[in-house]
Amino acid sequence: MSKDKNGERIVRVASGQGFWGDWLEAPRRQVEGGDVDYLMLDYLAEVTMSILQKQKERDPKMGYARDFIGAFESVLPAVAKRGVRVIANAGGVNPPACAAAIREVAKKHGVSDAVRIGVVTGDDLLPRLDELIAGGHALAHMETGEPLSTVRDRVLSANAYIGSMPIIEALQQNANVVITGRSTDTALTMAPLRHEFGWASDDWDRLAAGIVAGHTIECGAQCSGGNCLYDWASIPDMANVGYPIVEGHADGSFVIYKHPNTGGRISVPSVTEQLVYEMGDPNSYITPDVIADFTTIHVETAGENRVRLFGIKGRPPTDKLKVSIAYREGFKAVGTLVYSWPQAYDKAQAADRILRERLERLGLKFDHILTEFVGVNATHGPLAGEPHDPPEVQIRIGVRGQDKASVERFTRELAPLVLNGPPSVTGFAGGRPKVEEIVAYWPALIDKTVVQTKVEVLA
Amino acid sequence: MKIRLLDIAHARSGDKGDTANVGLIALKPEWYPVLEKYVTLDRAREHFRGVITGDVQRYELPNLNALNFLLHGALDGGGTLSLKTDAQGKVFSTAMLRMEIEVPDDEAKAAHLPAAPRAATLMRSSKE
Repeated sequence: MSKDKNGERIVRVASGQGFWGDWLEAPRRQVEGGDVDYLMLDYLAEVTMSILQKQKERDPKMGYARDFIGAFESVLPAVAKRGVRVIANAGGVNPPACAAAIREVAKKHGVSDAVRIGVVTGDDLLPRLDELIAGGHALAHMETGEPLSTVRDRVLSANAYIGSMPIIEALQQNANVVITGRSTDTALTMAPLRHEFGWASDDWDRLAAGIVAGHTIECGAQCSGGNCLYDWASIPDMANVGYPIVEGHADGSFVIYKHPNTGGRISVPSVTEQLVYEMGDPNSYITPDVIADFTTIHVETAGENRVRLFGIKGRPPTDKLKVSIAYREGFKAVGTLVYSWPQAYDKAQAADRILRERLERLGLKFDHILTEFVGVNATHGPLAGEPHDPPEVQIRIGVRGQDKASVERFTRELAPLVLNGPPSVTGFAGGRPKVEEIVAYWPALIDKTVVQTKVEVLA
Repeated sequence: MKIRLLDIAHARSGDKGDTANVGLIALKPEWYPVLEKYVTLDRAREHFRGVITGDVQRYELPNLNALNFLLHGALDGGGTLSLKTDAQGKVFSTAMLRMEIEVPDDEAKAAHLPAAPRAATLMRSSKE
């Protein structure tokens, strides 16, 4: 914990990773660009858990976000010497293996004594799935209402989204690196604020404020100038973009800022764009700890590249946890070709008709075929209006279905069009499209009492 | 007078399953009442007809000068199932900003709303 220039206690939580695949430079820049207390790294998206589960099946020592190992190494001096604490949901489906790999890094650098790793487990429901279903937990799909039993034999992973409590337990036991599995993205930020300020478990407004703080920085630079539509061309020095930091205050208010001498922009519009990102019902942003009401958030400028959020209200959570389930759902392939002027769009449309007729004649079985014309309507569909003789058009055609052989055969039908279809075609150098197995997402709810998290701190 | 949303709002969109959300934010706080009054649920349904397969929901966030729209059946199944370029609904935001709303001249003048560019208006009306 630190103090601001008025002597008020503040806690600074820096966002260093908005998803697995985010900028490798960001974690190190966040701990070297100025003083921070915590570094928060979010690695997990909806489908990530299933990818990790597949990796774990091949090798029991895998199943976590391996980028985290390099990220940790890049911030190790700050952790070992300056007391910065790291919280990451990099554990994926195998937090203990992730912790073991982190331990090796500390050992390699001779700072094992300075690294205390907290490991949070208990979110993984895959080993208990049959027992749960037999016990009357239908794990029905949240949108369709279908029970999980309909796809049970195709399930790859099942993880409950867990809240801030186990992270706080690890921090209370003096862990300075906390590794979780499927923690909610927002808990990674709310937990250290709650821990440092000692917010009670029924202090709904402050807990909700911590969740909003987490939502604001969970996508990294997406609140500090990245993907910002508002006045985008004037946002300075994006090559050197500063990732966001929460400066939390005891009353639940917080300021979003970035380190000096970094690019990007933190402004009311840039922060507001992130607040509405992936929003459902703004009155009820449901988390395991609290329901936050986004219609109560006040946002104001608090200096250059500083935005203050305050007045946030919360209320008690539900008695359920959301469960992220991944299951196999057939195969897909997507291929492209490029047609050039003149009449580029007409040629691409002709290619589509020819290809579809051939697929039909071959009797291939697909659940769905989708054609888009990139340069014409791929992003906005019919809202884009009619094109005016574009210089080139890319046809992008995809198929999906349960029959792998049909999808494979489709991938052989695209290239021939180069010689036996409409003229002025190019852009096929990438070769045949790849057949991908579809791993689909099945969101469900489960009683909170069923999920028991466990915290272990490795000394 | 026809007003194009691009000239009075900015936006960001994202996904949840097969649903895309569009957060529509007034460029100036004093323009939020215009969004609230004229970007109605029915207007949004009409705008996205033929683009999405499901219904639309609309929420108001006057504290952020923003509206939030949920567009169901927008993402060809969503996530990994989707064959779309925009499987995660990232650019429904700008698709929304193509919308034109009809605001009475006196109201538009009082709020200093910028008129839609003539070309855009012509293109739209020739389609309708």
